[in-house]
Amino acid sequence: MADAPTPQDTIPAPAADADLMRQMFATIHLIRTFEERAAEEYMRGNIGGFLHLAIGEEAAVVGSVMALRPTDPITSTYREHGQALARGSDPRAVMAELFGRATGLCGGHGGSMHLMDRERFFFGGYGIVGGSVPLAVGLGFAISYRHEDGVALVMFGDGATNQGVLMESMNMAKLWNLPVIFFCLNNQYGMGTAVDRASAETELFKRADAFDMPSRRVDGMDVMAVYQAVTDAAHHARTEQEPSMIEAIAYRYRGHSMSDPDRTRPEEEKARWHARDPLITFERVLLGEGTVTAEDLTAIRDRNSSTVEDAVAFANDSPVADDATLADDVYAHPWTDDPRGSAEMPQVRP
Amino acid sequence: MTTDASTAAAVSYREALTQAMREELERDPNVFLIGEDIGLFEGSFKVTRGLLHEFGPARVVDTPISEAGFVGLGIGAAMSGLRPVIELMTVNFSIVAMDQIVNNAAKVRYMFGGQVSVPLVIRMPGGAGHQLGAQHSHSLEAWFTHVPGLKVVCPSTPYDAKGLLKTAIRDDDPVIFLESEGLYAKKGPVGGPDDLVPFGQAIVRRSGAHCTIVALSRMVWIALDAADTLAAEGIECEVVDPRTTRPLDLQTIADSVRRTNHCVVVDEGWPECGLAANIATHVYEACFDWLDAPIVRVNAADVPMPYARNLEQAALPRQEDVAAAVRATLARGA
Ligand SMILES: Cc1ncc(C[n+]2csc(CCOP(=O)(O)OP(=O)(O)O)c2C)c(N)n1
Ligand SMILES: [Mg+2]
Repeated sequence: MADAPTPQDTIPAPAADADLMRQMFATIHLIRTFEERAAEEYMRGNIGGFLHLAIGEEAAVVGSVMALRPTDPITSTYREHGQALARGSDPRAVMAELFGRATGLCGGHGGSMHLMDRERFFFGGYGIVGGSVPLAVGLGFAISYRHEDGVALVMFGDGATNQGVLMESMNMAKLWNLPVIFFCLNNQYGMGTAVDRASAETELFKRADAFDMPSRRVDGMDVMAVYQAVTDAAHHARTEQEPSMIEAIAYRYRGHSMSDPDRTRPEEEKARWHARDPLITFERVLLGEGTVTAEDLTAIRDRNSSTVEDAVAFANDSPVADDATLADDVYAHPWTDDPRGSAEMPQVRP
Repeated sequence: MTTDASTAAAVSYREALTQAMREELERDPNVFLIGEDIGLFEGSFKVTRGLLHEFGPARVVDTPISEAGFVGLGIGAAMSGLRPVIELMTVNFSIVAMDQIVNNAAKVRYMFGGQVSVPLVIRMPGGAGHQLGAQHSHSLEAWFTHVPGLKVVCPSTPYDAKGLLKTAIRDDDPVIFLESEGLYAKKGPVGGPDDLVPFGQAIVRRSGAHCTIVALSRMVWIALDAADTLAAEGIECEVVDPRTTRPLDLQTIADSVRRTNHCVVVDEGWPECGLAANIATHVYEACFDWLDAPIVRVNAADVPMPYARNLEQAALPRQEDVAAAVRATLARGA
C-alpha cells in the first residue's frame, strides 16, 4: 500500500496566503457537507442512478483545482461533485442536476456522473474509465494551438491508469509538448480492486517515465502538498510547454458508489486513513498556525450548512426537466422538433 | 417451456446465470471466467457470487480496467482451445473493446480459412431504466447483430438465461451474451445441468390471433403487459421472443405474422438501423402478402439516454407505447 510521497525537485511557487488557506478549508468542508447531504437525498430517492462520493478525497480535489487559474480547463470522472464546487459552480445548480431538475447544471440530461460548467472551464465528468483523458489532451492542444498560456488538468483514478488510452494520451501530450497535467487521484481502489491487484507497477506516477515526462507522487490527504505540486506543474506547463503527471495518494471513505456496501476493504485500513481525514488534519494545521480561529471555523461551518440546505431546498422546489426537452441538444441545429426524440429520424409528409 | 420438471423452485435470472457458469466450470476444465471485479468483489451485479471461492483464482480471474486488453486476451486463449467466459461489467464498456470483438473475435476463423475457432462468451448486462445517464444505458444488440461471425443472445427469463448461457459456453464460436440489468431479480423455473436452450429457436410467450408482437429481453415483459391490457379490450396479441438475434428464427416469427396479419416489433435500442428495423425488414420480405397494415416499430427515443427520471421514462419503450402501436396497426388494417 502506498504511503509517503517521494519528494522530487520542483519549481518554487509562491506559498499560499492565509486567505487562500481559509478558502481551501471552506471548500473542503463545503464538498464534505454537500456530499453527505447528497447521500441522504439519495437514500430518500430524490437522487437516482449512481452516486459516487469523494468523501475523504477532498484535499486532493481542492488542492488541485485551486492551484489553477479559473480559466484553466479541467475534466474529471463520474466522481466530480467536488471539482464543480471547487471551481465555483453554484451548489444549487449542482444539487438540482443530481435531482434531475430543469434548473440543474445540465438541465437534467447529465446527472451526478455528468456535471459540466463550461462557463467555469469545467469541461465535464465522464462515465467511461479513462475516457476523458484524451479530451484533456485536446483541451491542451487547443491552448497550444491558440498560443495561450492555459493548462489543462485531467483528474482520473488509479484504475484508469490501466486503460490503453492513458498511454496513448500521455505519449501525444509529451510528443507535442502540450500543457497538460495528468492528475491521478489514487484512492487505492478501483471499485473493489486494490491497486496492487490491478497494476504490475504500483507507483503509478512512474507511468510517465515511459514518455520521458516529469512526474511525482504527493500526499493527497494534505491539501497544501497537492496545491504546491499542481502549482509547480502548472508553472512548468506554462513556461516550459511540458506536460507532467501527479499521483496524489488518498482514500475514499465510502463505498465505490452508494450501491456498494463496501464489505471487502479491511476495517483496520479504513481506520488508519480516517485518522488522516483531510478536514480534521487541515483544521488542526490552520488552528495551530493561527490562520483561523475557532470562531472562523464555526462561521465557515454554519455558512456551508446553510448553503447546502438552501441547495437542497432549491433542488426540491425546482420543476422537473420538461419532457419537451427530451430531444434538445442532440444536435446544434436539429431538423425536427419532435418531442419524442426523432432528432434525426427521416420524416415523410402524409 | 421446461423439457422436464427439473428444478421446481423459482430461481432469479441472476442465480440462473451463476448456476450455468458453476455447472460448466465443473463440467469442462477449459472453461474459465475473467473480468473486472468478478472474483473478490463477486461481480458488480453479483452474478459470479461464490465462484472465486469454489473454483479459485486460476479459473475466476480479476482483471485491471483494461477491456481492450482482456477481451483480446480472451480471444487469444480461445484460439488455443480454452473456453473463456468474459464478463464486461456492462455493455457500455464493450465499446472500449469493440475493435477486439469485431476485428478479431468475429473474423479470425474466416480470415484464416477455418484453422482456428474462437469458443468465447462475452457476458454483459445492458439496458436502461436506472437513471444511469447517457454513457451507461446502452442497448447495443443491433451493433453486435450487424457483425457476421458473432452470435448474439438476449435471454428474457431465468430458464433461458441458464439454458442459453450453457449453450453459449459449449458453442465453438464467439457468443455475445446480453443480459438485462432490469431482469436480474426476476424469478422463474430453471433447467437442470443438461437442459440446454438451442440458439435460433424463438418461443411464443403468449398466443393470440390479432397481432404479433416481436420482443426481446426485458421488452418481452413489457410486451406481455401490453398484451394483458389489450386483452381487456378484446385484442389478442401473440408475443414472440426470438431469444437470439443471430441466428434469428424468422420461421417462428413469420408463421405467427401469417396468422395474425399484423406485426409490432419492440426493441429497447435506438430506431435507426436498429434491431426492430432489421426484424421488420425480414418480416416484410417473408410476409408482405400476409400483412394487412404496415409494421409498427417501438424503440427508445432517438436521443442519448437522459438522466432525469421523467425524461428517461419518456425515452424508453413503455407498455402504453406497445399497446398504442398495436392499436395503430390494427386500425390501419381494419
Ligand atoms: C471502461 C470502463 N470500465 C468499467 C467501468 C466501471 N467502473 C466504473 S468506476 C470503476 C472503478 C474506477 O476506479 P478508479 O479509476 O480508481 O476511480 P475511482 O472510482 O476510484 O475514483 C469501474 C471499474 C467504467 N465506468 N468504464
Ligand atoms: Mg480509485
